[in-house]
Amino acid sequence: MNTMRISFLGLVCSVLMVPAAFSGTLDTVKSQGFFNCGVSQGVPGFSNPDADGNWSGIDVDVCRAVSAAIFGDPDKVKYVPLTAKERFTALQAGEIDVLSRNTTWTLSRDAQIGLEFAGVNFYDGQGFMVRKDSGITSAMELDGASVCTNLGTTTELNMADFFRANGMAYEPVVFEKADEVVNAYDEGRCDTYTTDKSGLAAQRTKLADPDAHVVLPETISKEPLGPVVREGDGDWADVVRWSLNAMIEAEEFGLTQSNAKTECALTSNPVVARLCGKEGGTGAGLNLGDSWSYDIVTKVGNYGDVYEKHVGENTPVGLARAGSPNASYKNGGVLYAPPAR
Amino acid sequence: METDKSRIGSFLFNRSVQGFFYQIITLGLVVLGIYYIVTNTARNMLERGLASGFHFLGVESQFDIGMTLIEYSPTSTYFDSFIVGLLNTLLVAGIGIFFATIIGFTVGIMRLSSNWLIAKIAEAYVEILRNIPLLLQIFFWYFAVLRALPKPKQSLELYDSFFLNNRGLFIPDTVFGEGSSTIFYLFWLTIIISIGIFIWAKRRQNRTGDRFPAFYVSTALILGTFFISLAVTGFPVSFEYPELKGFNFKGGVKLIPELVALTFALAMYTASFIAEVVRGGIMAVSKGQTEAAKSVGLKQNLILRLIIIPQALRVIVPPLTNQYLNLTKNSSLAAAIAYPDLVLVFAGTALMQTGQAIEIIGMVMGVYLFLSLFTSLIMNLFNRFMKVDGER
Repeated sequence: MNTMRISFLGLVCSVLMVPAAFSGTLDTVKSQGFFNCGVSQGVPGFSNPDADGNWSGIDVDVCRAVSAAIFGDPDKVKYVPLTAKERFTALQAGEIDVLSRNTTWTLSRDAQIGLEFAGVNFYDGQGFMVRKDSGITSAMELDGASVCTNLGTTTELNMADFFRANGMAYEPVVFEKADEVVNAYDEGRCDTYTTDKSGLAAQRTKLADPDAHVVLPETISKEPLGPVVREGDGDWADVVRWSLNAMIEAEEFGLTQSNAKTECALTSNPVVARLCGKEGGTGAGLNLGDSWSYDIVTKVGNYGDVYEKHVGENTPVGLARAGSPNASYKNGGVLYAPPAR
Repeated sequence: METDKSRIGSFLFNRSVQGFFYQIITLGLVVLGIYYIVTNTARNMLERGLASGFHFLGVESQFDIGMTLIEYSPTSTYFDSFIVGLLNTLLVAGIGIFFATIIGFTVGIMRLSSNWLIAKIAEAYVEILRNIPLLLQIFFWYFAVLRALPKPKQSLELYDSFFLNNRGLFIPDTVFGEGSSTIFYLFWLTIIISIGIFIWAKRRQNRTGDRFPAFYVSTALILGTFFISLAVTGFPVSFEYPELKGFNFKGGVKLIPELVALTFALAMYTASFIAEVVRGGIMAVSKGQTEAAKSVGLKQNLILRLIIIPQALRVIVPPLTNQYLNLTKNSSLAAAIAYPDLVLVFAGTALMQTGQAIEIIGMVMGVYLFLSLFTSLIMNLFNRFMKVDGER
């Protein structure tokens, strides 16, 4: 059992780790030439392996951006697929250096279990999926339903809150692995499947007949998803945080993967010049080269590039960006990066 | 001077003194090691901002559990969720052990049958089930059960009171009304009397050689008293029938498919091992015992009951204990199919929500250790009881 193994490893590590050996993650990563990135076991659009084992998705691209910033090469990453239950222990135990696995930022996770959130790369909310032929059109009609979901997520707490707040009964059916949830829901064990709406859209593509299911309109929670690092290593957290911010700011200033080369050569805008690594020396504070943000944009893309490539309307996941919180603040969304200067 | 030196020398080279010395050193090292591990763990946890201690047990859990044997809601504490998980584990282990024993003994005896077909069926059962990994069997039964069963609205039903669908098996619940406690007391009283009858019958047989049909008499006593007391108190026991409401059935007792699949898989799997244990135990009784029993004129069923089984059980019980322990520990695979056992609820959800891995995994390990030692204790007592008098 993998879970037990990782939990046990976590135990052993916290027991045996010599306190003084707490050197910076960034230095370790630089000297070993790669880092470990914790991802899901397969959520299309977020982190999903193809037939050859190459990972892709917007969560994966956060790790690729960090790799591009450090090494100038987006592929110096080893991906470690984790269940929701294993992920924090794996990070605490040092099996992974970044956790980028649609993880919700909450107070208790930030304050209580030794994690530090490095930002938000997707604003999500929890929803319900049902079979079309059930005739249900609103989550308020779910009184008495069997609800399938994942172990070890905020989802479990949100659904308890939702049903309690609305005075409805339900039967939770909680699985350890996402694939088992999908399977059980598909077999008819549950009336509804609940998780983050992006997750529903992604997992729907795995159902036997995706068109026979519909996501209900209600959103019952706030789920800001983002990359996570270990607490107590500020330098490493800064690298991850600003790699993500650079992707967002590049979009705000119209710097895309395709136009970056020409824009950088011609630009007179000081913000763009800083993002291109021509001015400002932003890399020094992060212990990176000055071209770190340029490498991110040219080799991975800005936030908009990444979004449209993996989860946008022209992908199987098909999540419209316009009008959602994930639009840039310039277009009425809440995506907003502090200035990289 | 010389005598002093040699006295010290003989003291240093004294075997028992040396032994004592090394034991002190070893003990010191063990204590130091434990001290190092404990302080280092505490320091590392503090350094990484990990919460520690057991006060989380008194905090509201805020999550719900699909199957609970006690009252439980999201406002219950983490400690309550621990109890819920523990009871669910005990339930599945208890039912699993019960059925595994019955199936195992049946199959084990079938394998010794002189009927070729029966023996081969039993052999096939053992060889197939014990050679497929348990986790696969659990998945197989779970998804086989789910796929085969209809939706709630097309439930299979029996007498309008038993319903089976892919949400579980629904059976009527017994509701005890006024006066039912009298029936309970009478029931237990008759059981105690029956035990008395058995002891008396045995003593009388030892003294006089006369046999007394204790089994039939006590069965008649228990059942008779039960039904008569029911009739006299005017049937205070009623049933609450499950009814289809909205998504599913409400009322009655509900057995979720996860419980059914898990118990089934655990019982079938463990039974294949128990069958071999039983076969081994029976074959260990030498043929001369049967022949000797026949020659003193015992009937076939008495030979089995008085000669074969008591001797076979002495061989069977210790390995049987192992199988019971395995079943209990294997029940932690429940997490794979969403049965809310201790591992899923407490080492899963509760661990994730609190992040207190060391405390929680420690508690769960403690529980399994206790359960295993307790089962061993019971089985060892039983084994002592089964031993032939005067044996070691």
